[in-house]
Amino acid sequence: MKILVAVKRVIDANVKARVRSDKTGVETANVKMAMNPFCEIAVEEALRIKERGQATEIVVVSAGPQATQETIRQALAMGADRGIHIAHDQPLEPLAVAKLLTAVAKRETPDLIILGKQAIDDDCNQTGQMLAALLGWPQGTFASKVEPGEGEVTVTREVDGGLETVALKLPAVVTTDLRLNEPRYASLPNIMKAKKKPIDALTPAALEVDVAPRLTVLKVEEPPKRKAGVKLADASELVARLKSEAGVI
Amino acid sequence: MSVLVVAEHNGKALAPATLNTVTAASKIGDVAVLVAGKDCGAAAQAATRVAGVKAVLVADADAYAHALAEPLANLVIALVDRFSHVLFPATTFGKNVAPRVAALRDVSQVSDIVEVVDAETFVRPIYAGNALATVRSSDLLKIVTVRATAFPKAEAEGGNAAIETIQPCPDPGLSRFVGAALTRSERPELTAARVIVSGGRGMQSGDNFKLLDAIADRLNAAVGASRAAVDAGFVPNDFQVGQTGKIVAPELYIAVGISGAIQHLAGMKDSKVIVAINKDEEAPIFQVADYGIVGDLFKILPDLAAALDKAKAQD
Repeated sequence: MKILVAVKRVIDANVKARVRSDKTGVETANVKMAMNPFCEIAVEEALRIKERGQATEIVVVSAGPQATQETIRQALAMGADRGIHIAHDQPLEPLAVAKLLTAVAKRETPDLIILGKQAIDDDCNQTGQMLAALLGWPQGTFASKVEPGEGEVTVTREVDGGLETVALKLPAVVTTDLRLNEPRYASLPNIMKAKKKPIDALTPAALEVDVAPRLTVLKVEEPPKRKAGVKLADASELVARLKSEAGVI
Repeated sequence: MSVLVVAEHNGKALAPATLNTVTAASKIGDVAVLVAGKDCGAAAQAATRVAGVKAVLVADADAYAHALAEPLANLVIALVDRFSHVLFPATTFGKNVAPRVAALRDVSQVSDIVEVVDAETFVRPIYAGNALATVRSSDLLKIVTVRATAFPKAEAEGGNAAIETIQPCPDPGLSRFVGAALTRSERPELTAARVIVSGGRGMQSGDNFKLLDAIADRLNAAVGASRAAVDAGFVPNDFQVGQTGKIVAPELYIAVGISGAIQHLAGMKDSKVIVAINKDEEAPIFQVADYGIVGDLFKILPDLAAALDKAKAQD
């Protein structure tokens, strides 16, 4: 089985995003970037499937500016076999990314595509589902367990009320939730090895995909701030305040 | 403008988030509700009574029994030509199905809106709610998911919509429902609760969540958790409040042993009143809390339970 994993480069999860003063977006210059945490989980899951002997090759793909190659290298250092970089300097909407990934999937013909359930920058939670739709494949979103079988993959999904299990015909698209696994750190020898692994360079034009945005961002603003309140001495004072002042109990 | 709301339901009743989504839809145009399921007549009847709903479309077939994305998306696609907008609640149900519909219609979806500016302009949080983006869609058809806590619930009674029966579409047969392990609880659901008591890593163990149960029992509250508590294995993931868990906005949110990472604040900072109990007075949670107590939660929680009992006795 061949697995394709799509990853995204985002502002590091530990960095607080700052809105630009001209309200055109969030400041990304000189900000620490990292692989989207859900994408790390996707890479890790592919590696575990391969380590169990259920996959033969893991291809990692990402779209974005030149620096995106660092994120692909990170996945290669974790253990993926080769990379594909689709160079594009402007922001990409999930629909455009799904179209790019569809074109890549048609070239690579993987049996399974694994993505993170959402990117922590735009919080869209769309790309995996859109990719599945465009390919006409089934989807297993928000996965907490992935078990490839004969012609099928069984996916346990984190849903609002608990867990749900579905069986999907292969080829299929899976998106990862938090508890699927704990991603490994790349070891120094593997980081060195990853430098020699190939990364194919592609462009939206080469894949014949129109990535023009459909949404216009009119403005980006800071949300209204909550004010810090008061510190109380003990539980009795808290109950008294919640009752008389806030009126919520 | 005509808006289709794709209902989340359990066959018998509409999920609360469906009612919030109807309110968002009412700000755009005439509202129709699609109830797709198996033996979902009661849920469809409930939809006809929702204030502001003009029509209820019902598709009853085996393929829709478990809201699998593949058959459900095909059904919505078959209906969308009659509508200018399709809205889904931004729950795991809506998040699963909506992008599939959007891609099949070559539409760029607008996720998790918190405000309707006009029929093509919406406000949505990005970066875990650290920024609010106002976006305009140039697609003819708009596919939108709605953050339930940002809109009041439509009245469940008062409407009188007609039911229209929809022919089911052929099942693409790509996926199969195997089973579900849903959390059973006597408590209100996190997203619907008036009061939430949440625990973080400071709880130290899953067993210690009993201390939160004692508070929740007295306030008829739901129990939630931070991602740290879920990661540590104290409680299941469906307890998780935050950027990647549930988004809540109760009247009272009590955060216990939660430091207040931005990912957690993203899920609860729209609560009306926030209480923080934490031993670290520098914890960021205090920056958003209306009331804070700095101290040992293992002492404060029993005190709080006793103080609530005392207050009740005085009523």
